[in-house]
Amino acid sequence: MDELHDLNTMPVPSELRNNIFITTIDRFVSYIYNWGRKRSVWPMMFGLACCAIEMICAAASRFDIARFGSELMRPSPRQADLMIVSGTVTKKMVPQIVRLYNQMSEPKYVISMGACATGGGPFKEGYNVVSGIDKFIPVDVYVPGCPPRPEALLHGLLKLYEKIERQSVRSVPWYQRGESEAIPVPILGPDLIDPRRLPEIRARLGELQAQQGSSPESSL
Amino acid sequence: MTAPAKAKAAPLAELKGDLAVLKEKFGDAVQPAEYEGVVIANGVLVEAARFIRDELGYQYLSSLTAVDYIQEGYFEVVYHAYRLEGGGPLVFKARTPRGVATIPSLVSVWPGADFQEREAWDLMGIRFAGHPNLKRILLWEGFHGHPLRKDWKEPYYEEEHKPFSSRWPSGHHIRAEDRVFWHDNVQYPLDWDPDQAEDTSDEWLYIGMGQFARAETGERVEPKSLRTERLVVNMGPQHPSTHGVFRMVVTLDGETIVRLEPVMGYLHRNHEKIGERNMYLQNMPYTDRLDYICSMSNNLGYAIAVEKLLGIKPPERAEYLRVIMAEFTRIVNHLWAIGFLLNDLGAFFTPALYAIEERELILDLFEEAAGSRMMCNYMRFGGVAYDVSDDWIARAKELVYNRLPRAIEELDRYLTHNELIQSRCQGVGVLPPDLAVAYSTAGPVLRASGIPYDVRRAEPYSIYDRFDFDVAVRYNGDVYDRYLIRIDEMWQSLRILRQALEQIPRGEIQAGKKQYMMRVPAGQAYGRVENPKGELGFYLVSDGSPNPYRYHIRAPSFINLTALNEMCKGHKVADVVVILGSIDIVLGEVDR
Amino acid sequence: MIYGIGILKGLGVTLKHFIESYIEDVRYLFEGGRYQPRHLPARQGPRARGIFTVQYPKEKLPLPENFRYIPFLVYDTQENKIKCTSCGICAKVCPPQCIWIVRGTDPSTGRPRPEPEAFYIDATICMSCGFCAEFCPFDAIKMDHDYELSSYERYESLLFDLPRLLKPDTYHAQIHPSDWARELAEKEAEKAKKREKAAARA
Ligand code: SF4
Ligand code: SF4
Ligand code: SF4
Repeated sequence: MDELHDLNTMPVPSELRNNIFITTIDRFVSYIYNWGRKRSVWPMMFGLACCAIEMICAAASRFDIARFGSELMRPSPRQADLMIVSGTVTKKMVPQIVRLYNQMSEPKYVISMGACATGGGPFKEGYNVVSGIDKFIPVDVYVPGCPPRPEALLHGLLKLYEKIERQSVRSVPWYQRGESEAIPVPILGPDLIDPRRLPEIRARLGELQAQQGSSPESSL
Repeated sequence: MTAPAKAKAAPLAELKGDLAVLKEKFGDAVQPAEYEGVVIANGVLVEAARFIRDELGYQYLSSLTAVDYIQEGYFEVVYHAYRLEGGGPLVFKARTPRGVATIPSLVSVWPGADFQEREAWDLMGIRFAGHPNLKRILLWEGFHGHPLRKDWKEPYYEEEHKPFSSRWPSGHHIRAEDRVFWHDNVQYPLDWDPDQAEDTSDEWLYIGMGQFARAETGERVEPKSLRTERLVVNMGPQHPSTHGVFRMVVTLDGETIVRLEPVMGYLHRNHEKIGERNMYLQNMPYTDRLDYICSMSNNLGYAIAVEKLLGIKPPERAEYLRVIMAEFTRIVNHLWAIGFLLNDLGAFFTPALYAIEERELILDLFEEAAGSRMMCNYMRFGGVAYDVSDDWIARAKELVYNRLPRAIEELDRYLTHNELIQSRCQGVGVLPPDLAVAYSTAGPVLRASGIPYDVRRAEPYSIYDRFDFDVAVRYNGDVYDRYLIRIDEMWQSLRILRQALEQIPRGEIQAGKKQYMMRVPAGQAYGRVENPKGELGFYLVSDGSPNPYRYHIRAPSFINLTALNEMCKGHKVADVVVILGSIDIVLGEVDR
Repeated sequence: MIYGIGILKGLGVTLKHFIESYIEDVRYLFEGGRYQPRHLPARQGPRARGIFTVQYPKEKLPLPENFRYIPFLVYDTQENKIKCTSCGICAKVCPPQCIWIVRGTDPSTGRPRPEPEAFYIDATICMSCGFCAEFCPFDAIKMDHDYELSSYERYESLLFDLPRLLKPDTYHAQIHPSDWARELAEKEAEKAKKREKAAARA
């Protein structure tokens, strides 16, 4: 899901230049496919903090997310298409979030709701807070605000629709060959450890230890 | 900076009443402390605590917290105990040198000290000798350091206090990530070996539960019944009915709960560490995010604590506005709690939908008055932020006189006598009165167990002494009574609201000039209010600078959870969800 | 106890709400339909019955003047200048410290100039508390009502810099009418005072 393919601006590969017919079919199929898909984006029933309350309000009668086909909040990640990260992501929680994301089946989308999930928010300076969920999982739409009004969340959802509309059946990653890779689950050590960065951490710590001699108090 | 303990100790003769009795009994082991209370020597602490509880009658341990006096080189643990008949606290303290950091545990006297002592161990690194399960509670086992110690710095550490000088006058924007070594909010001790990177934070938990299961099975001999295997089941932190990122590990015998271990900290947002960097006023919007359903009454609690230090009083109109907002908040919270309790019972979302509809109307009022639906940030020291119009009052009256009574009655009429609710709730999760007090539970949980303790009555704050209302109390202590008490309290809130909306005078809403950076006289203050979820307390230590030296939150949801194991034991696993729903926790406050 | 009565009663509530919404529909039928903009306050007020939904994005709830989201800087269209004097109070009071200000300097003298050279608000940190607007002594920063800010990217589009933050005072007057009236009145009073002084001196 890393790149967006805008059907209208997508460059036509040279071997297909004569084959406009296929692109037309592709567009048509993608249109139908996306039209159906975007009107039944099922979010995962998953709330983290204060923003989750506004998410519940968006699902309640006044703002009624059902008008957009997203009222079916699925408690199981395997049935959900959309993860709304609604609230502060803490270091203690992030392994679970990544695990849940890995368990969702493709196509899957992520809305980062609120300042906290987007970039750490008011608690960014805290020692147990992750500076944005996008450090670990790819985010499709960011909704700033603290908390975003339910309407703001709906606006984010509409933005997501636009994104879905622009995806093409032929280039979406989940119809490509090969398996999509799971994101390595962060580890809780003396602090949060991103396994993808382990080699780097190892190298730098080794370097520093050699430099300073290991004094147990100093830390980085 | 100077720590407040520098101030002169109060002369011995000033000890009055119960403190004098305490002094008489324990002699030199009890010394007067600065500002308030006494310091009790560690050797007699447990004995003295028992004396305070049994002889002096301070049965209710409200708050326990630790302060790091780094310059003087000791930790101080502060206890606030209250009498159930009402009145002020008995404050006593215990000290330990920073190098030793050990204090006798009071869990044997007040089981309610359990989680609070674990929190002090986790965040401040004070060992409580004799604590049955002294494990980290908000962070994970294996975390490096104890963050609330004054010499512990977080990865994004910038300056000791706000405002940071890098923001102005040459505030070139730089993200915190780009300032630090790892480009992320992490730090690793230099002597740590990354090859050992393995998540062991859960191991102790499961090992503990597993051993428990095995040992207990071995003991049980019931020849006639089937031999059952004990099973450890994990619920959460991602679970639709744990009301947020809360986790419970239960040991089951068949379907019956043998033991339940709450695991929390998944929303630990470091309020206290951030709060000690902030200026006093800057903490106000952070209190909104504690119990994010009741931001107005959190504001009130914090404002009252700081006003105690400042020695100011808000003008009349502001006091009325505060009460009006706090009582509306109580209705909002109880509507929400009942709606979601019904959710947990399986009446999926329909009652919650109706409850949220009423809540939305109250939120509209909040939004108009304060500017935000949820994060009101409405109270200021010595007043409130904005005045309300007459139109606002008229709309509030419309709600209070017509709309809300109808809605509450509808809930009452259709839910209270529903057979399903009765059969799922009555006799479930019973908490007897003595345990409710011992476990320091507060709010609806305490009052549903037959203890009519309400801070609004017991130690009236703001102008609650002027209103005519009853303290709701029920006697069975089960889930059903905790539900009923919320309905009762909503009726009482409406009563208070009617009086307040009729009597509200015109006039100023702010005493003196609003300041963003003010010096607060050195001292210590514990301000507490009756929040919808229970007693919310703020313990503040000021050293005379614009930033609090210590900022501690006594969170009702957190402490109410101490009794969860007691309530769940012996019930079926399906009841756990309902019992948890009846305590009504909010994770922002549990984990802070 | 007869089982089932409670459930029937409960279903009755739902049925009541269901029927009510149709009764309301009929009532609104004679007034041009439920979704006429002029009915919105009544449909969302304390006397609302029946369907309670706001048809966002087709219709939007009216926002009270106090409503706060992310701050913006006021641009004085009459005097053609930024109202902010870069005094730095908002940056100091901001609880999560998400305001960065570079104070302007006069290129010829090198002395501070009452205009910001750069002004950043990090919308991924801002907690919408409104302190900056409340404590700004020059009425130069106000809380915006625009909440439709979602974006596909956060590093550039959610870091608000000076051009992104500036909005004309006509916009401010439109969303904060009574605040604007107060500002005008204060300005008038100041002018009157000045005139008086001038008259006294003459
Ligand atoms: S963005 Fe604000 S409202 Fe949302 S979780 Fe963070 S602090 Fe709470
Ligand atoms: S916005 Fe106001 S408070 Fe902030 S620097 Fe400008 S003039 Fe000062
Ligand atoms: S609204 Fe609050 S958090 Fe946002 S910029 Fe203003 S002072 Fe800072």
